[in-house]
Amino acid sequence: MAAKKPRVIVVGGGLGGLWATIRAAEAGLQVDLFSLFQVKRSHSACAQGGINACLDTKGQRDSIRQHIIDTIKGAAYLVNQPPVKSLCEEAPGLIRTFDRMGVTFSRTPEGVMDLRLFGGVKNKRTCFAGATTGQQLLYAVDEQVRAHEDAGSVKKYEWWEFLSLVRDGAGRCRGIVAIDLKTMETRAFAADAVILATGGLGLVFGLSTNSTNSTGAAASRCWQQGARFANGEFMQFHPTAMPGDDKHRLMSEASRGEGGRIWVPRDPKDKREPAQIPEAERWYFLEEWYPAYGNTVPRDVASRAIWKVCRDLKQGLNGQDLVYLDLSHLDAKWLRTRLGGILEIYEKFSGEDPTRQPMKIFPAVHYSMGGLWVDWEKDEKTGAMKQPSPRNHQTNVPGLFACGECDYQYHGANRLGANSLLSASFSGRVAGESAAAYVKGLGKTLAAVDAGQPAFADEKRRQDSLNNELLSNRGDENPFLLHKELGELMRTKCSIVRDNKGLDQALSALGELKSRSRRMKLDDTRSWANAPLIYARQVQDMVVLAEVIAKGARMRDECRGSHWKPEFELPIPEGKFPGDPEFEEYRAKWKRENDKWLKNTLADWTPDGPAISYEPVDTSVLPVEEPRDYR
Amino acid sequence: MSDVIRLKVKRQDRPDAEPYWEEFALPWKPRHNVVSLLMALRENPVNAKGERVAPVVFEANCMEEVCGSCTMIINGKVKQACSTLIEGLQQPITLEPMTKFPVVRDLLVDRQRMFDALRKVRAWVPIDGAWDIHVHAPRISPREWELNYDFSRCMTCGCCMEACPQYHPGSQFIGPSPLGQAWLFNNHPTGKFSAEDRLHALMGPGGITDCGNAQNCVRACPKEIKLTDAIAKLGRQTTSQMLKDIFSR
Ligand SMILES: Cc1cc2nc3c(=O)[nH]c(=O)nc-3n(C[C@H](O)[C@H](O)[C@H](O)COP(=O)(O)OP(=O)(O)OC[C@H]3O[C@@H](n4cnc5c(N)ncnc54)[C@H](O)[C@@H]3O)c2cc1C
Ligand code: SF4
Ligand code: SF4
Ligand code: FES
Repeated sequence: MAAKKPRVIVVGGGLGGLWATIRAAEAGLQVDLFSLFQVKRSHSACAQGGINACLDTKGQRDSIRQHIIDTIKGAAYLVNQPPVKSLCEEAPGLIRTFDRMGVTFSRTPEGVMDLRLFGGVKNKRTCFAGATTGQQLLYAVDEQVRAHEDAGSVKKYEWWEFLSLVRDGAGRCRGIVAIDLKTMETRAFAADAVILATGGLGLVFGLSTNSTNSTGAAASRCWQQGARFANGEFMQFHPTAMPGDDKHRLMSEASRGEGGRIWVPRDPKDKREPAQIPEAERWYFLEEWYPAYGNTVPRDVASRAIWKVCRDLKQGLNGQDLVYLDLSHLDAKWLRTRLGGILEIYEKFSGEDPTRQPMKIFPAVHYSMGGLWVDWEKDEKTGAMKQPSPRNHQTNVPGLFACGECDYQYHGANRLGANSLLSASFSGRVAGESAAAYVKGLGKTLAAVDAGQPAFADEKRRQDSLNNELLSNRGDENPFLLHKELGELMRTKCSIVRDNKGLDQALSALGELKSRSRRMKLDDTRSWANAPLIYARQVQDMVVLAEVIAKGARMRDECRGSHWKPEFELPIPEGKFPGDPEFEEYRAKWKRENDKWLKNTLADWTPDGPAISYEPVDTSVLPVEEPRDYR
Repeated sequence: MSDVIRLKVKRQDRPDAEPYWEEFALPWKPRHNVVSLLMALRENPVNAKGERVAPVVFEANCMEEVCGSCTMIINGKVKQACSTLIEGLQQPITLEPMTKFPVVRDLLVDRQRMFDALRKVRAWVPIDGAWDIHVHAPRISPREWELNYDFSRCMTCGCCMEACPQYHPGSQFIGPSPLGQAWLFNNHPTGKFSAEDRLHALMGPGGITDCGNAQNCVRACPKEIKLTDAIAKLGRQTTSQMLKDIFSR
């Protein structure tokens, strides 16, 4: 009989998880792939605008170096630079691989991949497939995984939810406990390594642009079992979403990359239809404030500008939290081929045609730069990440890897548009390879012998008792309403603009929510496809994760990227540029601020809530000399 | 009348249980869609008789008609619940699970058969491995791109399968959506290399000849994918493949 193949468990079947699955399978591992539903339905399918890679096919002399600089500066420098270097250097190869998998990237008349402009950059660097890029990329890896499934190296556990890690006496991660969402049976699974790829956490804020799978519950569970969480306070608000009561639907940054303009009437009392308002009476505030980048400033900058216009200057449409995102000056037919996917969404949900009328939008919670802390190994020769290395994308829990939006690695204080389909794919690829290297280092496969160990039975028992406690219905709290309360709290107190008083209030409110979340009452106590039970468990873990976010935000007394406390703002002197004495004075102050705050936030679980510490950032690729300045 | 939304849901507790209808009345809210309505219902699951019942089980993820999960039959028509706005729907609104797939619970069905079909028709481009080989795929003209893109937006939602008279639990017919995908990969410049495998998978029982050309599938597809065009082209491809097989024997 052939020797038993080593096993790896991948939790999550979005772009990150599917890439990890493919690379682990190609490395000869047996993969068990877990997902809440058929992996093809994962949130990655929502991504619209595109994926970055420097292909330099637009005559703009784009360079990989520039992609690296844009990403690091976009992140407000709060990012380990060698992994970013690898990410950008390997992006073109990753795109070529996607192309070979059959992704329907949009084409130029010559039949090669087209590129579009995105935010926070000056060159066209974004590959796209109409306005459904994430869907197309996800489907390509879904198809490749199906081929591996067909070959027998991958087994899918769809409609299973990850509940917890199994750690052995030495603290190593040896497997997971998961629950079958139909039969409600919990089961322990053994593996030689586990890769977590469970996506973002937008639902901690209730309403966001995210799909309902983005609860952050899985990452929270790992955190509660000892995995570190990093930079939780950095939550990206996307400037252009269509507000809704069930979801804020994103209108991709591609709409501005393709020429869309943001404006409000100069006179806030102007009640005319937008088309009736002449150019001179419109205020294109992004173009005015940031002439160098205009409508495609980075997201944190754009969101704050819209916030300022609506909240501080009271210039929002009809006094509401809304501004125009205008495409109506562009050719309708051309718009359909470039942005069809989002035009349809806007039309379906608002009943208005965005090629004729400007869309009404406002910033919304969108992307978590923070996530599980992961390690990386430096290649001293190249200054990039050394590959393969079992350290890359491994959390502080030995044998547990993380990739995709649930890790914190590439985006620092603010992510650039179209960089996360890239990082989800790249990190998935790397995590699959690293897990394989790690397993090889173990020298033998433990999965087969492990399953009988008491750690597995113990952990399963712990999970069963958590479920039974909820099912015994001793409390009176409704999980759905509690989640709403959590979301409202986070959206008001942990928002685009933050202050310490509000954050203190948030922390004490979260403490109460946490104890209330232990006293839930379920309207369903059946033992078949019990959705409220699963929801209740997710809410419990979301509240715990919210504390990590709020605590990190409370402790960071500065303005950096998406984390903004006006009390500590260091404004660039108006009308002054590098070389001017006032600017140089500002630069000196900015550097002193970096000495204090250019460090990653680390959160460790303790029974009394998150313990926060900090760790320095590797800045060996791009010295921290140039303040972010998009004027 | 307009301040309540009346809802009739066909429920089923387990796969082997008898279905039953239950009625609800919910407060009206502007811009409700069917999923947001079910979300409102689960917060306060009280039926029209005033009894507190288990919330209706359903599947949804993206909330913007790209993931394909929330397909159900709404007022007799199969579609995505998330993009179906309540305004304009006749009341009481009836919600039923799709009939062509096994019910798991209430509105939640198991569409595994569609995914198995994708495997059967080998709906992927075979590659040497997921690493860089330093070249792109061959060029694709914008026109060819447009054709392919149309099909690559198929979200395996099942609307076309529900609408197809030839596809049902008792039939072996593979159904329209997997046929569309087989065509898509046969039309890719390197996916073509394994076209024969796909065509062979479509010959014989349950294959392409089971299509009765009723055209229901095209009309039901929310993405307006030109399924019958693909089926016609595939039909020609399988015929010539069959001849080729005979002569090369
Ligand atoms: C509307 C929208 C548009 C976007 N557009 C772009 C864009 O144009 N360009 C760009 O670069 N980025 C974009 N992004 C961001 C990008 O889509 C995501 O960051 C990325 O897709 C995340 O991929 P992932 O693999 O980490 O997670 P996901 O795709 O979210 O997958 C998560 C997986 O984990 C599984 N899972 C979760 N919890 C559990 C559990 N407890 N047990 C088992 N399985 C679990 C789910 O089933 C799912 O398979 C966009 C995001 C949004 C919201
Ligand atoms: S044409 Fe008719 S029979 Fe053929 S797949 Fe479509 S609906 Fe089914
Ligand atoms: S072809 Fe259309 S209707 Fe059929 S599964 Fe695909 S998207 Fe749905
Ligand atoms: S929830 Fe994704 S299609 Fe409706």
